Amino acid sequence: MILQSDIVLLLPEITLLSLACAVLIIDTFSRDPLRNVTYLLGQLSLLITAILVIYLYPDETTYAFGNSFVSDSMSTVLKAVICVITFVVFLYSHDYLKKHEWMKGEYFVLGLFAVLGMMVMVSAYSLLIVYLGLELLSLSLYAMVAMHRESQSASEAAMKYFVLGSMASGMLLYGISILYGVTGSLELDALAIQISEHSEHGILLVFGLVFVIVGIAFKLGAVPFHMWIPDVYQGAPTSVTLFISSAPKIAAFAMAIRLLVNGMHPLLGDWQEILIILSVLSMATGNIIAISQSNIKRMLAYSTIAHIGFLLLGLLSGSQEGFAAAMFYVITYALMSTGAFGIVILLSRRGFESDNLDDIKGLAERNPWFAFIMLILMFSLTGAPPFLGFWAKWFVLKEVVASGYVWLAAVAVLFAIIGAYYYIRIVKLMYFDKPETMTAIKASQQMRFALSINGLALLIIGLMPGLLMSLCITALVQ
Amino acid sequence: MFEQIIYYIFAGLLIFSASMVITVRNPVMAALFLVLSFFSSAAIWLLLEAEFLAIALVLVYVGAVMVLFLFVVMMLDVNLAPLREGFARYLPVGVTVAVLMMIAMGLVVSSSYFKSDEISAPVTLGPGYSNTTELGQALYTDYLYPFEIAGAILLVAIIAAISLTTRKPRSTKAQQPALQVQVRKEDRIKIIKMEAEKQ
Repeated sequence: MILQSDIVLLLPEITLLSLACAVLIIDTFSRDPLRNVTYLLGQLSLLITAILVIYLYPDETTYAFGNSFVSDSMSTVLKAVICVITFVVFLYSHDYLKKHEWMKGEYFVLGLFAVLGMMVMVSAYSLLIVYLGLELLSLSLYAMVAMHRESQSASEAAMKYFVLGSMASGMLLYGISILYGVTGSLELDALAIQISEHSEHGILLVFGLVFVIVGIAFKLGAVPFHMWIPDVYQGAPTSVTLFISSAPKIAAFAMAIRLLVNGMHPLLGDWQEILIILSVLSMATGNIIAISQSNIKRMLAYSTIAHIGFLLLGLLSGSQEGFAAAMFYVITYALMSTGAFGIVILLSRRGFESDNLDDIKGLAERNPWFAFIMLILMFSLTGAPPFLGFWAKWFVLKEVVASGYVWLAAVAVLFAIIGAYYYIRIVKLMYFDKPETMTAIKASQQMRFALSINGLALLIIGLMPGLLMSLCITALVQ
Repeated sequence: MFEQIIYYIFAGLLIFSASMVITVRNPVMAALFLVLSFFSSAAIWLLLEAEFLAIALVLVYVGAVMVLFLFVVMMLDVNLAPLREGFARYLPVGVTVAVLMMIAMGLVVSSSYFKSDEISAPVTLGPGYSNTTELGQALYTDYLYPFEIAGAILLVAIIAAISLTTRKPRSTKAQQPALQVQVRKEDRIKIIKMEAEKQ
């Protein structure tokens, strides 16, 4: 039975779907080559959805559609954050697409559908819904990467992303089918109950769990399922890289929480061990390989892998506080990554991506303000106080130590120090090297404004991290 | 008994044709074997009284998807020789890994958990049972939410396919008389003041 209350809970998703379809139709009839109407309507849709999400903040965890949809504090917070981050991403992308004369209405339409997929994933409470949400998100992202048809590297990146992504989806689906075969239930609550009751099926459940973790690790980009990240980040147009590296990571985090914590908490000991390996490998590979990169996008791709290692630390600590720390980390990471790719977009101009480390040389001379913003971003990515990135690392490490893995925290700190080298090298290039060109930086007012806010937010929230942390705690600690 | 014989015939046919799909050299043959495997699985679904699904599989996959696929295979002259180059070289490693994986997975899956006596045989329902009705009931009530998401996924697939393949009319070299008429002198002529050069 479909109840009216079910529909009300689903209102943000329904609204977003309707608005995305409306934007699609309006875009078809729009004759404006700059696609201003499409862009503005897309932004408006995101705002309306975000407001609806916050307005429908549930007092208690509520389920709908036969326990396949959940509305709790975590889903509300993450959905709102996804909408806001995508809003910023669209803002930067609009500038990029205009600069490179490659404006396409479908970019924003597919972006909206990707957001819908992420929202479905965040609220999913059944294995089937998790999978469908993931496919909706991935399919939109594949198309967005491939959209720049003239670019050979974008086509190559899209092909790699598509093939590897489908394989990961297949793995996830295989794991889901094993879990369903053993427990006979798709709902995550029922799954958890079945798992704790049927401990005699341990091996088979862990067998399914391994495949599910492969799927999650691929979407997050944890080593050894990280192969696609550097190629896709470098090959895709910067605006798409910006999108892939920000909001979908939050959705992948939510997927991990739903599957591992809501669905398979009785198997905690098993997935903890797997995540430790993934986490250490990610931090090592990401931080060490990033040092030798000369392309900023590729360097940031390896930095993503390293940050995912840190995120997994929060998950594997296994406590509610640990999950809250991981959530804090993923939100912080999305903010930092948006800003860093925003700077790459800011520096690019028509026919020139400006994605080499040499292109950022002497930015302080060319534009002191944005060199300062980049400085904040880089120090925050390093994890230096008082920026937000420091607190993200601090909370995660605290929970790892609290759960008894002191050696793991030491390893994490060691790799973070190695990572500091390539972030601070960018600061050195900006402030102590001579610029190779003095071309003026062209960007719209709103882009400059948003990028400044984005950078300063890391400093301001970093000065009072308690607010965001208490939000994450209320979202995850029942 | 009779049903079991039919089942084994079609199951055997399915396994045979599926393995032929990935082993035959000719891509057209592979596509045709895929059609055969779809047919056999449709027959197995019929045995399970899932008539609607069986017919949909034949109509959609055999009738539409595979025909289109055959067209593509025939239109594109794919040279398969370079694809097969590394085959012999990678074969030993590939086979070793595959066999090890098979053994490992077999040990886990084929143990006592999935025994045939643990899973009850499907119940035969009378002639009054309509698979189509049941399917429709389930899709529009219990599975409404996933059904709608699947609809959104298909919509995204359509948008993606169209936006990746259509060429904009702008790239054609057609004349636009309206714009030609509107041209002003300043758009086309640049007047440069310069010193007269010596003859």
